[in-house]
Amino acid sequence: MFRKPNPSSGVPIYVQLKEQIRHAIETGALAAGDQLPGIRSLAETLVINPNTVIRVYRELEMEKTLEIKHGLGVFVAFRRSARSKTEELRDAQQLMRDFVQTLKTQGLDEGEIRRLLEAELNEMFQRR
Amino acid sequence: MSTVIETIQLRKKYGDYEAVKGLNLSVPKGSVCAFLGQNGAGKSSTIKMLLGMIHPTSGSGTIFGHRIDRESESLLIRQKVAYVAEDKRLYDYMSIEQIIRFTRSFFPRWNASLENSLLERFELPPARKVRQLSKGMRTKLALLLGFCRGCELLILDEPTEGLDPVAIEEVLQIVVSLASEGTTVFFSSHQIAEVEQVADRVLMIDRGKLVLDSTLDQVKEGYRHIEAVFPEPVEERDFRVAGIEKVRTNGRTVFLLASHNVDTIVEHVRMLRAGSIDVLPTSLKEVFLEKVTARSEHASL
Repeated sequence: MFRKPNPSSGVPIYVQLKEQIRHAIETGALAAGDQLPGIRSLAETLVINPNTVIRVYRELEMEKTLEIKHGLGVFVAFRRSARSKTEELRDAQQLMRDFVQTLKTQGLDEGEIRRLLEAELNEMFQRR
Repeated sequence: MSTVIETIQLRKKYGDYEAVKGLNLSVPKGSVCAFLGQNGAGKSSTIKMLLGMIHPTSGSGTIFGHRIDRESESLLIRQKVAYVAEDKRLYDYMSIEQIIRFTRSFFPRWNASLENSLLERFELPPARKVRQLSKGMRTKLALLLGFCRGCELLILDEPTEGLDPVAIEEVLQIVVSLASEGTTVFFSSHQIAEVEQVADRVLMIDRGKLVLDSTLDQVKEGYRHIEAVFPEPVEERDFRVAGIEKVRTNGRTVFLLASHNVDTIVEHVRMLRAGSIDVLPTSLKEVFLEKVTARSEHASL
């Protein structure tokens, strides 16, 4: 299912493999709940270091792309949404546009909207 | 992570010639560690010291905590370590079948299923005498004997020399599969491509000294090749910045090999009024050539 990474490229093998797995999920070649090969079997098939496979699986687990179920295997995680990051951002942009438009029709000017938004962001992200 | 091989200031002199000049090595458990260097850089001497085949002139080392320079601990090391030598020396008068049976009798943890699968994959005819084997077959047989021992550390000296590409891939695959079972692999090689494929750590020695000790990912992520063109000719001494490993100037063009600190180096190059600056990823091969070319330049002086 995966191609052998190119070891002589300047890109580390773990980055190449990560990209391949992400790509397979984005294109739908791997769906949520699908099982990925075990560490040893993937290392043997691609003839790469098993520690590289472990690193890729761990990092993708931290990103919540994969789920490691101990004793069972590695699976594609069920995401809150199956949409890609670009789609998520595009939707968020639309929400933001509508929101700013609403405030504007209520009579707030650019400076006021900006100040409110910044205050809110500070509140939410910086006082942790 | 615990350490399998450790040496402190390991040194070997042959008469006046110092082959190994104070090596500090550290190989973590479970890693596949490549040991690179030109011919005569001191690789084989180091490996032989690790195995207790030659005695260090000074310094010390341990394998699984056992001292490499103590006769009494040498047996403990040999039980845990499989070594496939560069010359792949084997008993010529035995047949493949006989030498396998002979070898396995020494090792209680012998992996019989791997033996059977390797005989098939390597296409080794069991009845043929070792004397009648081609160089490639001899290498395959020596590797089979090492791989099947069920060791904790596998030391391979130029394991794929003389093998065809298909056999090389087979050997690398077995290395990978033993590593996934927890075997530590320490191998010397001239084949940078195979090192990049399966190793996770790389040690590079030149003229008996360690010149690189890193993970492969760090090499690829940290090392950069920087090429800059200046309006006026520049000199090597203009480039004394931390992280610059090698400088080569060619009139107004400068080639830098950086191991880290790339942003500062680029800033420095910009301050020297470079017209164009290119930062490119680099390969292990390039790093290797840059690290050891000083030697040939030296020789020509």
